[in-house]
Amino acid sequence: MLAKRIIPCLDVRDGKVVKGINFVGIKEVGDPVDCAVAYDKQGADEIVFLDITASHEGRGTMIDVVRRTAKNVFVPLTVGGGIRTVDDFRDLLLAGADKVSVNSAAIKNPQIIADAAARFGNQCVVVAIDGKKVSDGKYHIYINGGRIDTGIDVVEWAVKAESLGAGEILLTSMDTDGVKEGFDLDMLNAVCSAVNIPVIASGGCGELSHFTEVFEKTGADAALAASIFHYGELTVGEVKEDLKKNNIPVRI
Amino acid sequence: MIAIIDYGAGNLFSVKNALDFLGYENIITSSAEDLKRADKLILPGVGALPDAMKKLNETGLVEVILDEIAAKDNCSGKPLLGICLGMQMLFQKGYEFEETDCLGILEGEVRFIDAPGLKIPHMGWSDIKIENKCPLSVGIKEGDMLYYVHSYKAVTPKENISLYSEYGGIVPGLVFNGNVYGAQFHPEKSGKVGLGILKNFANL
Repeated sequence: MLAKRIIPCLDVRDGKVVKGINFVGIKEVGDPVDCAVAYDKQGADEIVFLDITASHEGRGTMIDVVRRTAKNVFVPLTVGGGIRTVDDFRDLLLAGADKVSVNSAAIKNPQIIADAAARFGNQCVVVAIDGKKVSDGKYHIYINGGRIDTGIDVVEWAVKAESLGAGEILLTSMDTDGVKEGFDLDMLNAVCSAVNIPVIASGGCGELSHFTEVFEKTGADAALAASIFHYGELTVGEVKEDLKKNNIPVRI
Repeated sequence: MIAIIDYGAGNLFSVKNALDFLGYENIITSSAEDLKRADKLILPGVGALPDAMKKLNETGLVEVILDEIAAKDNCSGKPLLGICLGMQMLFQKGYEFEETDCLGILEGEVRFIDAPGLKIPHMGWSDIKIENKCPLSVGIKEGDMLYYVHSYKAVTPKENISLYSEYGGIVPGLVFNGNVYGAQFHPEKSGKVGLGILKNFANL
């Protein structure tokens, strides 16, 4: 039995967690390492850092954050945000990341997926896709925080990413993200039925029942959430206890 | 001191980080002298089997490893733990892309996970069952979960299997024979349960 994974995501800018954290017992509020350790203790199956640092100089800070996290957290760590080259993959993997997620750079240059997979293995290449519904059953990839329609079909791109060597798809819905009314079940189903690699559902969870819903109604392998955990509305442990009650396999 | 064998494949630092965290002296090394000086050996690995075997053979360390784990003068050999690809390398042969001769320390071979309807690689947390207790499985309970990432698995006699998971059939998780152990899962990425297994190894 393979457990469904619950993955908290931390947005990091210049080495600090962006959103507020209501964890009890954290030494330095806003330190991504402390937050990751706290999530690990709550039972997170994996941790994602999304680097939203704008400046190039800030990039080195993220490497340091990853290095310190890897010394203290012993579940898989995925890092994404601003990945441009195969060398960016290498730097993060050497610092201790287990997977690296790539988004717009892969759209501009799909070969980066194949190059990174050939060099480091498919298992560490996560392709992040931000999708938005354009008509019934049709979804396009949006970039620049959901402002620009690339015109690329989400399902076709996911299939292509898999064939190039992606090990996992992180699928965020621009329609449900931040709305807190549940994951985008239709788009998830469209992608899950087209690929044979794990799909992480992202965007839209606002309450406990949304986690059970996404695993009961779609083929998603994992669910990612940020604010619901950041603001202490729910702990990872509470989510997993509830999933277990609903007979969804989880690691407790 | 535990020697983490560096043969140019895979992320060695995650194993080092875990041993550091647990407080066990360790070194990442490709020197034969260090392997002789160490009291335990870890063979890590991420990637493809033919390439990893080629790299390991090129280091010239294979004979040293085999010599260090062999019993001599009425003393048992040093404990060896292979992790993930390092575990697969302990067997006789592998069939990833091409037939590859492996170290032949454990009986069995490495085959593709033939699991119709399931995603490959087998990636994520799987629950475990106990086939045979061994010194590394102390404190582990049936149903505990471990983190796996692999597309090939060991096919080996039951007596070599300590822990296994099910993924389209039996997936050996922890294998052993005498002082040689192999973990298909990543103990260094499997939370408390995984750290417990590493601790058991370090305390042998």
